[in-house]
Amino acid sequence: MAEIIAMPKLGFDMAEGLLSEWVKKAGDPVAEGETIAIIETDKASVEVPSFRAGVLHQILVQAGNSVPIGTPIAVIGNPGETVDLAALGVTPATSLAVPEAPGKAVQPPVAAEEPVVAGPEAPGTAQGGRLAASPVALHMAAELGIDMRQVKGTGPDGRIIKRDIEEYVKVHAGPPAKVPATPILTPSSEPTAEGYRSEPLSPMRQTIGRRMVESKQQAPHFYITMDVDMAAAMALRAQLNGLLAEDEKISVNDLVTKAAAVALRQFPNINASFASNEIRILDHINIGIAVAREAGLLTVVIRDCDRKSLAQIARDARDLINHAREGRMKADDMVGGTFTISNLGMFDVEDFIAIINPPQAAILAVGAVKRVPVVDPNGQLAVGTRMKMTISADHRVTDGAEAARFLQSLRTALEEPMRLVL
Amino acid sequence: MTRMTVREAISQALREEMYRDERVFIMGEEIGTWGGTYAVTRGFLDEFGERRVRDTPIAEGVIVGAAAGAAIAGLRPVAELMTINFAFLAMDQIVNHVAKLHYMFNGQITVPLVIRTVGGGGRQLGATHSQTPDVVFAHFPGLKVVAPGTPADAKGLLKSAIRDDDPVLFIEHATLYQVKGEVPDDEDFLVPIGVSEVKREGKDVTIVSYSKMLQVALEAAEMLAADGIEAEVIDLRTLRPLDTRPIVESVRRTNRMVVVEEGWRAYGIGAEIASRVTELAFDSLDAPVRRVAQAEVPLPYNRRLEQMALPQVQDVIHAVRDVLYLK
Amino acid sequence: MARALAKDELLELYRQMALIRRFEEKSAELYAEGKIGGFLHLYVGQEAIATGACQALGANDHLFTAYRDHGWAIARGLDPRRVMAELLGKATGVSGGKGGSMHLASAEHHYWGGHAIVGGHLPLATGVGLAVRYNEGPEAVLCVLGEGTTNIGYFHESVNLAAVWKLPVVYLVENNQYGMGTEVGRASAVRNIAEKGCAYDILNRQINGQNLLEVYEAVDQALEHARKEGPVLLEALTYRYVGHSMGDPERYRTKAEIDEWRTRDPIRRFAELLQKDGVADQAGFDAIQHSVEELMGEAVRFAEESPEPDDAALCEHVYVNPMGHR
Repeated sequence: MAEIIAMPKLGFDMAEGLLSEWVKKAGDPVAEGETIAIIETDKASVEVPSFRAGVLHQILVQAGNSVPIGTPIAVIGNPGETVDLAALGVTPATSLAVPEAPGKAVQPPVAAEEPVVAGPEAPGTAQGGRLAASPVALHMAAELGIDMRQVKGTGPDGRIIKRDIEEYVKVHAGPPAKVPATPILTPSSEPTAEGYRSEPLSPMRQTIGRRMVESKQQAPHFYITMDVDMAAAMALRAQLNGLLAEDEKISVNDLVTKAAAVALRQFPNINASFASNEIRILDHINIGIAVAREAGLLTVVIRDCDRKSLAQIARDARDLINHAREGRMKADDMVGGTFTISNLGMFDVEDFIAIINPPQAAILAVGAVKRVPVVDPNGQLAVGTRMKMTISADHRVTDGAEAARFLQSLRTALEEPMRLVL
Repeated sequence: MTRMTVREAISQALREEMYRDERVFIMGEEIGTWGGTYAVTRGFLDEFGERRVRDTPIAEGVIVGAAAGAAIAGLRPVAELMTINFAFLAMDQIVNHVAKLHYMFNGQITVPLVIRTVGGGGRQLGATHSQTPDVVFAHFPGLKVVAPGTPADAKGLLKSAIRDDDPVLFIEHATLYQVKGEVPDDEDFLVPIGVSEVKREGKDVTIVSYSKMLQVALEAAEMLAADGIEAEVIDLRTLRPLDTRPIVESVRRTNRMVVVEEGWRAYGIGAEIASRVTELAFDSLDAPVRRVAQAEVPLPYNRRLEQMALPQVQDVIHAVRDVLYLK
Repeated sequence: MARALAKDELLELYRQMALIRRFEEKSAELYAEGKIGGFLHLYVGQEAIATGACQALGANDHLFTAYRDHGWAIARGLDPRRVMAELLGKATGVSGGKGGSMHLASAEHHYWGGHAIVGGHLPLATGVGLAVRYNEGPEAVLCVLGEGTTNIGYFHESVNLAAVWKLPVVYLVENNQYGMGTEVGRASAVRNIAEKGCAYDILNRQINGQNLLEVYEAVDQALEHARKEGPVLLEALTYRYVGHSMGDPERYRTKAEIDEWRTRDPIRRFAELLQKDGVADQAGFDAIQHSVEELMGEAVRFAEESPEPDDAALCEHVYVNPMGHR
């Protein structure tokens, strides 16, 4: 029966061949192994033998034409056979001198390429210059919300390097300014053309403002306040401080920090951060302590609070807060926090509500420890030592019940303060 | 623990493994009667006999190839190429055969071969006897390449190499043989192939090195310490497969890295490590990675010129100060 | 003297040659259809050497060849279906589809490849001989090479070492007159390759590679000598009717020369010999041809229907103990 002879593959990288010459004509008898055509590749002219005996019924590709390998070039069959091209899979189109390449997509013409814009515009390009910064400097600036354009680069060609970011932070936190005398303010609901003093927003203020706006806009805050009986905690503190030197003493905030670390271990979902489509439950418990400065609020981070003793936390807190007050912080001290505690107890604040530090899931606002009238277990009026704490939590990450249980755990750690020394 | 030289450590490793496994034998030029041109196998011929200590003709191709064939047939040969400069004569056997037989034949053939060889310059032997082309061999999948820089690592790595079923190129250094160090006595003390090691801790800069240059790096670290710069020095020990984990962890802390190698800078070991660190610790880098390497020239005979071309302690110190942006 | 062969063994040898011839023809067809990639080096016309030699080779002896290896693989006993599968790059191929035509191998048959670097396997074969001596074993190594390979450095290094250490290696040169397109006299200072053995003071012999029984006899003798004494250099004169590989324009020889060698076709000559000795008749040969056709059909079907290797196969067997870069 009739069979197709196709353009053979004659070399390992041959893609198409030129049918140079037909040695046999249509209708000629052919013996097995007899040469029927000569094919030219880009390397050589090669004789193509027939793989069977028969009659060369039809030539499908004329001499002088180049076709891809696998293209039908002729039909061989038994003598006297009628050839049904369609049955053999050869359409009139494919029998043309220049058929479409079977199985190969037609290459579209290559359009002139649009110039590719290389990423987001670098800061400072509006002014025409390009900011050079080392990767770690860029990373630090992003974490701290620092505008790179404000940073002076001391690296080669003005490259901003790690040292420059550290320097910037030092300078812009600045030494604590003297507390100004309280001015008597005329009540006014809007700034008037006369009678106000303009204070330009420092980069730090801008940053704090921007982050707090973002936090309030994006994190659905909810708040839970709890009252803590601090009698036992204060007693423990007094005992411990009796053993410690002046510069090692443990503060109330240190107790709260350690208690928070204990509670966060039990409620890891609160030690988390919100990323666009996931909640990241963080491995380390790094608690940020808010430190008030004239220029604004800073948070210094005590790392791995759950692994540190009360004494160590007190030491770290003291060092960090001193550095912050003196403008001596290192960038590492300010990043990586997973939870924040803000304590306004020293201003005799009873309770307050703090704004979450993005991307953290919660912040704890702590008031003063006060002597207040309380109802004791017997229903009698008594004097208690109490402190209020308010959690602000992100409802995308947690909910009221969980936050409340977390607070309970924190309270328990403070009311049974031996847990803090375990 | 015993204090010994690199030479003694290698010799001891070889001896212990030959006692441990009867299939281990050695072959190479002048390793028997002469005792090895670096005296590593002195006494071996008397101790083990001709069957296991074979002097070969000067024919690097068949030294490697026949050792490979013996490995295919189930033995565990340790072939020696007198210097790595002569390894080029066996390049085809090493990269086309030894490295590829296991893969091409789908695991049917195993080549548990160790090739010991010696590289490095600094002894006025001229350009063709002084090269450090380690990176060329580390380029090929299928081969393992190790280059110890201390006596303990030399002993532990050679033992690991001999016991490994994969082919291992074990690169010694001509001027490292007499360096002394503490070596565990345990006959099964092994240093794993494919694990880098922090040899000196520090927080200010990461220096990566191996083989002879490890000693240069450690010396530079001592001098830098006097200036208050604490360098962390990491010893690669294995070039392929490369272990960058301690390096990345270190750069995350120090933010800067210097690589010290004796080979040429262009397309060298430092190029590979710098690339990896860029991929894995980009945001931690405060400065571009600096490479301290041999000058881009064939090594000359003249002593002063030769030393100029080779990396020195001062070169490492300058590079460190550079990445710290210090004058 | 080699052991005399029984009738059924002789018929089996004929079948093997017929199978090799048909296998090579089929491979050429599949290559032209684009189903086999890379290079394809065919053994058409040289069948008597592989068949005769493998008859002499013991099961525990070792075999190394160059890249014109399909005939050797089949003669050594590898399953033709799995050899075809290898040519098609399938997972069921003898090398898992990762070697291809030039890298057939079978550890079970002590066939250590199938090698593409000219002369690259000579040191390896020599080394296996070294291991045999080390273990004081009775085995021998048959190392097959082309005549052009006797001019590369590896030949000198390997044969010299084998001679110095008296290793049990038979270096069997298949002199098919052309190294690719270069006639042996243009490439080799000594045209009679066997004579090169004198440079190493080893036993050497030139034989008619188209005569199966002569090959059998000579290889058997050589292996014996190798086991007891040391290396042997054997040169078998032969010819390939087809090009060096597919796509060879063959400008270096005439059709007349090919036709002349065809008159001494090893398969036809062996058939004539068997007929004359009353071992078989035309009907018997036809039956064998038929069985060969069937087996070939099966082989092609098996190969075509076999699965491709998994993606995971890409990274397998780089090392025995992989430890990735980290």
